[in-house]
Amino acid sequence: MPVNADFQGRVYPPTETYRVSAAKIREFAEAVGSADPVHVDAEVARARGYADVIAPPTFAVLIAQQCDGQLIRDPEAGIDFSRVVHGEQRFVHHRPLTAGDAVVGTLHVDTVREAGGHAMVTTRTELATEAGEAVCTATSTIVIRGAE
Amino acid sequence: MSTQPSTPGAPGTTPAAVRSFSEVSVGDALPAMTVHVDRARLVQYAGASLDRNRIHWDEPFARAVGLPDVIAHGMFTMGSAVTLVTAWVGDAGRVVEYGVRFTRPVVVPYDAGADIEVSGVVKSADPETKRVTVELTATATGEKVLGRALAVAVLD
Repeated sequence: MPVNADFQGRVYPPTETYRVSAAKIREFAEAVGSADPVHVDAEVARARGYADVIAPPTFAVLIAQQCDGQLIRDPEAGIDFSRVVHGEQRFVHHRPLTAGDAVVGTLHVDTVREAGGHAMVTTRTELATEAGEAVCTATSTIVIRGAE
Repeated sequence: MSTQPSTPGAPGTTPAAVRSFSEVSVGDALPAMTVHVDRARLVQYAGASLDRNRIHWDEPFARAVGLPDVIAHGMFTMGSAVTLVTAWVGDAGRVVEYGVRFTRPVVVPYDAGADIEVSGVVKSADPETKRVTVELTATATGEKVLGRALAVAVLD
């Protein structure tokens, strides 16, 4: 089934709040091998001007991929998850994600296109605090491989 | 791990950790590193990132969907590669932009795992904003696994 091009331009309602915890930041930092104490030591983080420990630069993917799930799980979108490959990923940080942040994600489907028998979907998740402060823009392109 | 002594709560207290813009030139090479990844590491990343796709830890499943073996999460490669930049900058919070293309999967055999070789070069430096752009190169078994990998950091 082809990917539904009508989804281009779609914007989903903001997700439920995701609460960024120091424990999850530590777990993520250890998994990617980031030795910066700013991820685990609140005193170090405060001395550098942050409110609490901060997340590594790619931590936001954890929240963004949950947002993307709204599109990928939608049967009308026509995305066969077993054929999905991650093509590109980009983050623009307006400020670091910080332990204690309560953030919501708003998913935008920027482009849906076909090329060489494959479909490519670019989504953008705007992460903001519940109060509306922009935190991170995460942009992802997935490739849905066509049938051989 | 040692931290700089500081007076708690004192305004302007900053551990002298962040690289100074004045000591950076376009063309500078960052110290290269090797990231070793094995199945245990992928399970660890799957749990931390909540990306539990079986192609990253279940070999029979990966082969059944046409892959040569288990492959690393692209986001594991992206996330571990940028530690080269954050360590060089001195503060992970100074990376304000980071983007990559995933050009080739990192295949992770059961016994040997895989080595990802990561290097980086300063591509541009803007004295007005003290922003530097680092281009990262990441290879596994001699082939590039990331393309157009650019990280932008704000220095002191």
